[in-house]
Parts: sequence; C-alpha cells; structure tokens
Amino acid sequence: MTDVPVGERRQLPPPTTDSGAWGWIRQNLFSSWGNGITTVALVLAIVWLLNWFIEWAVLTAVWTAPSGQDCRGHGACWALIHEKYRYIFFGSFPYEQHWRPLFAVIAMLAMLILSADRRMWNKRLIWIWSIGSFVSFLLMFGEINLSSSLIFSIVLIVGVAGATLRSTAGSAAEINAWRAVAGIGFVGLMLRLLGLLPAFTISIAPLSYVETSLWGGLPVTIILATYGLLFAFPLGILLALGRRSHLPLIKGLCVGFIELIRGVPLISLLIMASVMLPLFLPSGVTIDKFLRALVAVILFAAAYIAEVVRGGLQSLPKGQYEAADAMGLTYFQKTALVILPQALRVVIPPLINTFIGFFKDTSLVLIIGIFDFLNTANQALVDPKWAGFPSEVYLFAAFVYFCFCFSMSRYSKYLETELNKGTRR
Amino acid sequence: MAITAAHDLSQAPSVIQLKGVNKWYGQFHVLSDINLDVKQGERIVICGPSGSGKSTLIRCINRLEEHQRGDIAVHGVTLSNDVKNIEAIRREVGMVFQSFNLFPHLTILDNLTLAPIWVKKMPKREAEDIAMSLLRRVRIPEQASKYPGQLSGGQQQRVAIARALCMRPKIMLFDEPTSALDPEMVKEVLDVMIELATEGMTMLCVTHEMGFARAVADRVIFMDRGEIVEQGPPTEFFANPRNERTRTFLGQILHH
Ligand SMILES: Nc1ncnc2c1ncn2[C@@H]1O[C@H](COP(=O)(O)OP(=O)(O)O)[C@@H](O)[C@H]1O
Ligand SMILES: [Mg+2]
Repeated sequence: MTDVPVGERRQLPPPTTDSGAWGWIRQNLFSSWGNGITTVALVLAIVWLLNWFIEWAVLTAVWTAPSGQDCRGHGACWALIHEKYRYIFFGSFPYEQHWRPLFAVIAMLAMLILSADRRMWNKRLIWIWSIGSFVSFLLMFGEINLSSSLIFSIVLIVGVAGATLRSTAGSAAEINAWRAVAGIGFVGLMLRLLGLLPAFTISIAPLSYVETSLWGGLPVTIILATYGLLFAFPLGILLALGRRSHLPLIKGLCVGFIELIRGVPLISLLIMASVMLPLFLPSGVTIDKFLRALVAVILFAAAYIAEVVRGGLQSLPKGQYEAADAMGLTYFQKTALVILPQALRVVIPPLINTFIGFFKDTSLVLIIGIFDFLNTANQALVDPKWAGFPSEVYLFAAFVYFCFCFSMSRYSKYLETELNKGTRR
Repeated sequence: MAITAAHDLSQAPSVIQLKGVNKWYGQFHVLSDINLDVKQGERIVICGPSGSGKSTLIRCINRLEEHQRGDIAVHGVTLSNDVKNIEAIRREVGMVFQSFNLFPHLTILDNLTLAPIWVKKMPKREAEDIAMSLLRRVRIPEQASKYPGQLSGGQQQRVAIARALCMRPKIMLFDEPTSALDPEMVKEVLDVMIELATEGMTMLCVTHEMGFARAVADRVIFMDRGEIVEQGPPTEFFANPRNERTRTFLGQILHH
C-alpha cells in the first residue's frame, strides 16, 4: 500500500467472510451456545409436528369411504370432503347445474387475475369487467330481466360517466355523443316515472332461473368480496377526499359516515340490513337479501378504506399540491393525476391488509342466513352419516381461505415493487 | 456573467400590478401595503431576511396564497375567488419552487407534458416535441425517460424550470430556486435562468444570488417585515443603499 501515491489509492475488495451454505448456517444458526440450543430444539419440534401431521393427514388417512363409520380408528377422514365437496363449493345450487357456478367462479377469478397485471390497466379492463360480470351473473341467475327503468338508469349512468371521463381527452363530437346518450337515459327515465311510457322488460333467459337464496359456497364468497371491494374502493376514496374537503358540510357528512360505520360491528350492520331495513321500506317493496348484505359490506369496507387512503393523502408533501395548482390543473385533474397515484402507492400494504381482513369478514354473512363458503362447510357437518369430523372440514375451509389471502399478500409485494420501479432513489 | 442590464422598459406595458396588498396569518401581518408594478420583460430580484414575506408575496401573484386586502392584477385580469379567473392566470404564470416539487411517480417527460396535455388540451405528440426541445434547452434531453428521484438536485431544478416553460408562460416566478442545491450545482441552474432572462421573459426571482441580480436584474427589491423597504436598479442598489436595514442585510450576505 505504501508504494501507491496519494490520490491514486486502489479500490480494495471487501474483507472476506464465511461464505457458502456452511458459513451461513454457522453465522445464523450456531453463532453461540444459546443460539445453537434454540436451533436444535426448534428443529426437533418442527420435525415432530410435521411427522405427526403427515401421519394423520396422509399416511393413515381415509380418502374414499361410503360413510363416516369407515373412518373411525384411522387418520384424517378426507372421504368426507370427497363426499361433500360439491356442496361445500356450491351450496344448494341445483346439483345438475353445478357447472354454472363453477364457470362463474372461473370467470370471476380470470377477471381478477387479468386485472392484477399492471400491463392490463387501461380501458380494456372496463370491457373485461362489464362483459365478465354480465356473464357471471347470467350463469348464476340463469335469466336476467332488465326492467325499463333499470335500462334507462344504466343508459343515463353510462352517458354521464362517458362525458365526464372523456371531458378532457375526447373531441367535441364525442363528448356530445356521450351527452346525447345521457339525455336519452334521462328523458326515458323521466317519461317512465311519469307513467307516459309503458313499462317493459327485456328478458335474457338462456338458462333456468336460480334465485339468490339457493346460491352458496365459493361463488357467494367471491361475489361478496369482489363486488364489495369493487364498489367500496371508489366510495372509500371519495370519502377520504371528502374528509379533507374545505367545505364544512361535505367534510362533516364524510366524517360522520366514517365514524358511524367504524363504531359499529359488521354483524350489527348485517343484521340491520336484513331485519331493520325491510321495516322502513314501503310494503310491497322488497330488496333481495343478498343485495342488502352486499350493500352492508360495501358501506363497511368503504369506511375502513377511506381511513387507509386518508393516511396516504396526508403523507404527501404540500409542495405536490402546490406544484399541481401552480400549473393550472383543476381539482379533479390534480387529484386524479398527481395526488391519488402517489397516495395510493404509499398505502398499498395497509390497503391489501384491509382487503384481506374484509375477505375473511364476508364469512359473517352466515349470521343472516346467507350460505357463503364457510357456512356451506359448516352445513356439511350436519349430516349424521358423517358426524364427528369437524377438523377435516374446517382445515379444508381454512386452506381455501388461506390460498386466497396468501395470493393477495404476495400480490401486495409484487405491486409495491412494480409501482416503485425507477421512482426509488 | 457580463450581461448588459441596460434594457429599456419605459415603453413596455405593465403586466403585474399590486395595489395596497395586505395579508395576515391570524394576527401576524405578513404583507403590509405592497405596491408593485411589473413591466413586460422586466427582471426583478427580491431579497430580504428569512421570514420577511418574500415567498408569500410571489405566491399571492398566482393565488397559492390569498391576500386579504388590496388588488392584484395579472395581464389586466384582477384576481378574485372565481376559479376560472385563477386558472386563467395560472396558465400564464409559471412557478419554480425551492424544493423542485417534481412529481416523483411520473417520468421527466411526463412531468413536462402533464400540464400542456390536460390544461391546454394539446395533442400528446406536440406536447412531447415541445418538452424535448425544452429539455435540450436546459441541457438534459438524455434524462427524459428517467424518474425525478434518479436525477441530481441541479438536474431536477432544471427539469422544474423546463416544466414551467412547457406551458409557454408570459411570466415566471422563482422562489429561491438555488437554495436547496449543493454549491457546485448552483451555476448550472443560474445559467439556465440567465439564458431565460436574455430572451426577454418577465421574471420575479426571490434569490440571494447577488451575482445573478447584478448580471440580469432590471430592479432589485429589498423586503423586510412584510414591507418593500427599498428598490432600485442593481448598480444603484448595491453601490449606495439608502436604508439602514438594507445596508445591514447587504453587509450580512455580501461579506460571507
Ligand atoms: N401558512 C402559514 N401560516 C402561518 N404563518 C405563516 C405561513 N406561511 C408563512 N408564515 C409566516 O409568514 C412569514 C413570512 O413567510 P415567507 O413569505 O415564507 O418568508 P420568506 O420567504 O421571506 O422567508 C414567516 O414569518 C412565516 O413564519
Ligand atoms: Mg421563502
């Protein structure tokens, strides 16, 4: 070193450390006596547990059997799952029609997986979700009746949404076309409500009708979670923005709503939706129980999402708002292009955490007699022929829930790295 | 930096007029009775001790802060609470901040094209062409597809200047654009600002770079405790400041 002149110092390699597998093990597992003993004890415990579990769940398990009697004295009774899996997955949906909820589940999962990929985040998604949702619900219901007021309402909403979303990017002719669509919807709806237009229904009925009270199992859980979140997410964002509004009335309403919902357990919201809501509705008007439960979970999730999103909004430096203002962006442009993309990125982990909690919370709908996946699993135990094997069924149900929640958790990681690509220093 | 500041403004129309502007934060009187008339093409440097209201003053011009009394008119349009009015003024007035305030989730190019596309409804291709020519002007076209976090402070501030210029503003406001920079990066940002000044842009710069003030300013304004204490052409201002407070201030910043 001494012969290297000042200012021309060579780059030295880092000091060598124990490398390779043995080095790692020595450094991390046996660095001291205490550490070594802990390692050995934990490894022994894990081996013993695994051994016991494999013995029970695989080696001595019964895979098929005519009834629960043949399982006694053996390990896990997977024969019960083998016997009941169709009921657990699809509930009381007519047995010979089980392909319908199966394809509905596949369609919904396909939509979810497609939307997970960042490269798909564009207008295509709107089409995928519109068509996919229509197909899924057509499969589940078997027949969809569109009443005239519903059709006009949809036309109105599509027109207004189109005109708003394209207001900055579309040509004048395009905007006018959207406005015309909205106008048709509005006029039609008004004429219909005033009774000037006779009621009509468009019926799409390729399959036999299956009402929601017969729905059960996985499709119910997925519909509640997916569509619950699909509506709760934008609602939650609006609530979070409203809570930071300068207008006292909007702010007050949003704060009140969030605090009210957060202060009440989901179960009581569900019970209110199922028992109390009908009391307030005029007689003759009924709202489907499934829809009421869906609305309750949407409101519930929205309040929690709003608080998570608010955290993200607060984490942005004031300079970001000021830079956007100074450029002359409108409030909506500023929010959509500058604020939300950054705020939502910050809150991906807590947001997915909320989603996971919410996915599991949908199982509470069993309290008002909706047969979600956990409830159908529960019902599978009632059969006296197969009495006495709850662990197998709950383990199975837990495994299915775990697959969903774990995927979400991994997805959260992917999303974080994907969205922060390049933006990190 | 030997740019002749001789620059005849006597015929130029005035583009910013402040008349009796007052502003309070609670009980604290930040701006008291500010009168200012800025001519088209005029280059003004505002200096003064920290907390004297310099930022507040220029932020009132594009309504990032609201003044409570007096009138501010930009291009003949008087600032009011009308949102359309404010947006119209912001389209004409570009601003550069001390802390850059680039949007970290967008690439450099997207940072530049955002406002032209959404505020001016410019086609994307055209906005990108303008953005690239401005990036060439601030000498960092090769960074277009990077994110702000990957650039040095000096580069980020040059991007911020290009971003403001993308809207083709008639007036540029600078709030201590070099204060957050390491010393070796100050020059690259000042060079860009000097170039802008020689091209005839109307500029209001809050800065303590007195070399810059000497080189390009038509007028130097000294503020203290919310008031304009003294103003004049740089030669006069630096050679014989009349006010005691100005002398103290200049003594502090020039002898360090
Ligand atoms: N939002 C605010 N609320 C209350 N006081 C403020 C606010 N912004 C600035 N001030 C105060 O107003 C004074 C002037 O601030 P500023 O214009 O930023 O000064 P300068 O830019 O000259 O350093 C300072 O004393 C500062 O503390
Ligand atoms: Mg300041």
